[in-house]
Amino acid sequence: MPSDRVLDVRGLTVEYGTDAGAVVAVDNVDLHVGPGEFVGVVGESGCGKSTLLFAIARLLSPPAAITAGTVDFRGDNLAAMSEKELNVLRWRDLSVVMQSAMNALNPVKSIGAQFRDTLVAHGNAKAEIANRSVEVLKLVGIDPIHLRSYPHQLSGGMRQRAMIAMALLFTPELVIMDEPTSALDVVAQRSLMVQIKELQERLGFAVLFVTHDMSLVSHFSDRLVVMYAGQVVESGPTRTVFDQPAHPYSRGLLDAFPSIRGPRLHLTGIPGRPPELRNPPSGCRFHPRCPVEMGHCKAIAPDLYPVGTSHARCLQHVPAADTAAVMP
Amino acid sequence: MTALLVDTSTAATAQPDAVRRRGGGLLRAVLSSKKAVVGLVLFLVFCVFAIDPGLFTTVDRPNELAFDPSLAPSSQHLLGTTALGQDIWAQLVFSTRQSLVIALVAGFFATVLSVLVGVTAAYLGGITDDVLSLITNVFLVLPTFPLIIILATYAGKGTLLVVLIVLVVTGWSYGANQMRAQTLSLRNRDFLESARVRGERRSYIIVVEVLPTMTSLIVANFLGAALYSVLTAAGLQFLGLGDPNSSSWGTMLYWSQNQQALQTGMPLWSIAPGLCVALLGVSFALINYAFDEISNPALRPVRRRRAKRSRA
Amino acid sequence: MTSPLFEARGLTKHFKVGGNLSRKSLHAVDDVSLVINPREIVALVGESGSGKSTIARLLARVYEPTSGEIRYQGKSLRSMRTRRQTMAYRSDVPMVFQDPFSSLNPAFRVSHGIMRGLKLHRPDLGRAERRAEALRVVEAVGLSPAAEILDRYPYELSGGQRQRIGFAQALAYRPKVILADEPVSMLDVSIRVGLLNLMTALRADEGVSFLYITHDLASARYVSDRLLVMYAGHIVESGPTESVLADPKHPYTQLLLSAAPDPRTPLEVSGSDIGEPPRVIDPSPGCRFRWRCPLAIDRCAIEDPLLRELGPQHSAACHVASAVADAVSAE
Repeated sequence: MPSDRVLDVRGLTVEYGTDAGAVVAVDNVDLHVGPGEFVGVVGESGCGKSTLLFAIARLLSPPAAITAGTVDFRGDNLAAMSEKELNVLRWRDLSVVMQSAMNALNPVKSIGAQFRDTLVAHGNAKAEIANRSVEVLKLVGIDPIHLRSYPHQLSGGMRQRAMIAMALLFTPELVIMDEPTSALDVVAQRSLMVQIKELQERLGFAVLFVTHDMSLVSHFSDRLVVMYAGQVVESGPTRTVFDQPAHPYSRGLLDAFPSIRGPRLHLTGIPGRPPELRNPPSGCRFHPRCPVEMGHCKAIAPDLYPVGTSHARCLQHVPAADTAAVMP
Repeated sequence: MTALLVDTSTAATAQPDAVRRRGGGLLRAVLSSKKAVVGLVLFLVFCVFAIDPGLFTTVDRPNELAFDPSLAPSSQHLLGTTALGQDIWAQLVFSTRQSLVIALVAGFFATVLSVLVGVTAAYLGGITDDVLSLITNVFLVLPTFPLIIILATYAGKGTLLVVLIVLVVTGWSYGANQMRAQTLSLRNRDFLESARVRGERRSYIIVVEVLPTMTSLIVANFLGAALYSVLTAAGLQFLGLGDPNSSSWGTMLYWSQNQQALQTGMPLWSIAPGLCVALLGVSFALINYAFDEISNPALRPVRRRRAKRSRA
Repeated sequence: MTSPLFEARGLTKHFKVGGNLSRKSLHAVDDVSLVINPREIVALVGESGSGKSTIARLLARVYEPTSGEIRYQGKSLRSMRTRRQTMAYRSDVPMVFQDPFSSLNPAFRVSHGIMRGLKLHRPDLGRAERRAEALRVVEAVGLSPAAEILDRYPYELSGGQRQRIGFAQALAYRPKVILADEPVSMLDVSIRVGLLNLMTALRADEGVSFLYITHDLASARYVSDRLLVMYAGHIVESGPTESVLADPKHPYTQLLLSAAPDPRTPLEVSGSDIGEPPRVIDPSPGCRFRWRCPLAIDRCAIEDPLLRELGPQHSAACHVASAVADAVSAE
C-alpha cells in the first residue's frame, strides 16, 4: 500500500539553469522505498542519479533546482518544506552518507567531537551523548577509543564506517547513500556492504543506495532502479532485473561485466556514449545506441511499461491495449 | 584489422575545468567580464596618452616654466598652472608615458622572475625548492618601503633604471609563492608524468608543458605586479627618490607637495596626478578580475536565474 | 622458447617517509621477480598500497630501484646510461595512465603528445611522415575521423576517447611492451570493455605485450594470459590466469576471488575480513598477510614465504600452501 512507503517520489524533475537555457538533469522520476527496503539506484556518469539523490535530500544548490514533482517522506512533501522544517527531520528521520568520508568529515575535529555536534544540534543531554557515541561506534565495529581520533588517522574503510555510524545516531527510518564504497578496495567494499545489511536487519531502516557499480549492489539490494539520461529506464526486483533485463540498456550494461567464474566470453559493451543532457535524442533517449531499435523509437518517447514484476521504458513492452494509442 | 569500437561522436562532453583555447580565447574571456572591459578601456585611453601626447595638448615641453604661475583652470590651461608656471594638464599627459613604462616594464620583469623562481622551485623540489623558497620568503617578509628607500638612496638619486630595478627586486616574491603553489598542484598530474616517461628533458617540461597551463595565473600575476609598480613608483617619486626633473605623476606629486599645493589653494596640482595613479592602478585591477574568474571558476558569478517550478 | 622481454629479479623499492630526519622506510616493493614475454598480456593485480603502481614506474624508469635488477631484452637497465640508450628503451616501453582527465595536457590539442613522442622516438620520420603516422595510430585505436580528432582539445573528448588517445601515444613509438596502469578503472563500465578489447587487438595486430595493472580481477581475467597477484609489496601468486583463478593457492588470492562481485553468481558474504590495509612501513619479518590469514601458522610469523612452484608454471608464496603441495606430491 502506498501509504506504508517510507519514501514516495513522484514526477521529480530537476533542472540546471545555464546560460543557454535550462538543462533537465532528472526527468519526471518516480521512485519508492518501503520500510526496511534496500533500493539500489544504478547508472553511469551523467545519468542523473547523484542529482536525484541530492534533490531527495534537499541538498541541491543553485543553479540546480527542483522544478516539478513531490518527494513524499512519511506523509510530508520534502520538496515543499522550508529549511527550518527540514532541519527538524534531518538526521533524526532521514540521514545521508556521502561518497568520500575524507570530504564529508571535518578534518580538524575528532570523530567524537563531530558526533557531539550532531547530538547537541538535536538537543541531546551530555550524558546521553557519550553513551550514544560509544554505542554507535560499536554498532559498526569500531573500537570506541577512536572517538578521540581524527579522520586522517583512520583507514579508508574505517572512515566510511564512522560516517555510517554518524548517520545512525538517531536510528533514522531512511538512510540515503551516495556511492559510499567507491573509494574502497574490493575486500573493504564487501565488508562494508555486509555491515550495512546487518545493521539494516538489526535496526530496520530503509536504504536508498546510489552507485555506478551495478555488480556490487546487486548482491545486497531488494529492488533496483536503472537510470539513463535523467530517466528511469528500468526498475524492479533485483534478481529479475539481472536475470531478465527488460530494457536493452540494462541488458547491455550487464553484458559489459566480464565474469570471473564461468566461461570466458567475448564482450562488446555498448557502442557510443551517453547523450548530452542539453540536447537529448528525440523519442527514446537510448535509441542511437540500441541494438534493437525499431525505426519508430526515434519518434516516440516511451513511458515505463510493466514487464512482469518490473517496469521498463522501452517500446518493445507497450501493453497490447495501448498499442494503437502509442504507435504511429 | 580487427573491427574495434569506432567512436565517431562529435558532441563535446562539457568538462568542469575546460581551459579555453589560447589567443582568441583570452580576449574573449576578458571581453565577457564587464569589469574587465572598463579596465581595458581605461588602460587603452592611457596608452593613447602615452603614445602621442601631442594629440591632447599643444604644449611641447611641459616642464618648461613657460606660463604665469598658479593660474586657475581655464580654456587655455585645463587644469591651471603650477606654482612654477607649468601647464598641469600638459604635464599630466606627458607623464603618462613614464608611468606606463614603469608599470609595464617593472611588472614584466617581476613576473618573469616570479615565474622562474616559483616554477623551478616547485618542479625540481628537494634542496632547490628549500633554498629558493627561503630566498623568496626572506624577500617577502622584508619590510618593503624601508628597503626601497635604502636601495634607492644607496643607488644614487633615481634614474629611471634604478627605480625599475628597485621595483623588480621588491615585487617578485609574492608572485613567486603563487607560482610555486600552482606548480606544486600540477606536479603530479598524469600529463607531466607522461612527458617524463616520454623522455622529455626537464627544461622542456617546465617551459612547454607546465607554463602554458598557467597562462591565466601568469597574466594575473603580471597585472598585479604592474599595479604594485605604479603605486610604489609614485610613492618613491613622491618621497623625492626619483628624478625630480623627470616627467612623471609621482614627480608632480613631489613638486606639488614641495610647493604645498593643497594648502595654497591649488589642489588640482596634487589631485590630478594622484587620480591618474589611482585610475591606472584601477584599470589593472579591473582587468585582473577577468583572469581571476578564469582560473578560479568558483569566483564566477552564479547565474541566479533559477529554473522556475512549473507545477506543484 | 623465445626469450623474455622483461626479467626482473629481486626488485626492491623503499621510500623514506616521515620527514627529513626520520629513519622510517616504506617498503613499496620487496624482492619481486617477474617475467614478461613477447606478445603476452600479463595482469598485475593488487589493492591500493600493494606496490603495483610502483612496479610500473620502476619498469618505466620513473624511479630507480633500491636494489634488484631489471633486464630488458637481456640487458640490465642500469647499464643504460647514455641518453641514446635511455631513449631507445623509452621507445620500446611506454606507459598509459589511469586518469583520462589529467593524462593529456589541457593547453594543447590532442595531437601534441603524439607528435612530440614521434619527434623524440622516431627521428627517422619527416614532418609529413609523422603526421601520417599520427593518423594511423589514432585510427588503430578506433577513433575516427582521425584528422578531426587530432585537432581537438582534450576537453572536447570523452573519458573513453582520451584513454584511447593515451594508447595511440604509446603505439606511435612502435613499442614492444606497453605498461598500462589501471587504464580503465576511471571509465564507465560500458566503455571499459571497448578498451580491453583494444588491448587484445593491439596484441594480435601490432604484436605488443602489455603489463596490465589493475585491482579488478574480472577485467584481469578478461584480457590476460598470466596473472600476478601482489600484496604488501610482494608477489604472492603467479601463473596462467585460468589456473590461478580456478585453483588459487594463496589465501589472499582466495580472499580477493571471494570478494570480487560478479552479477551472475552470488557473493560469498561469510568471512570477517574487513579489508584493513597491510603494514608496509618498517614491516616486521614473516608473511605480511598473516594478520588477516585464516590459515596462519607459527612459521608465518617468523619466516617470509618465498614464491615456489606448486603447479605447472603456477607459483605461490605461502608456507601452508607449500606444505599442502608437498603432502600431496608425497602420496
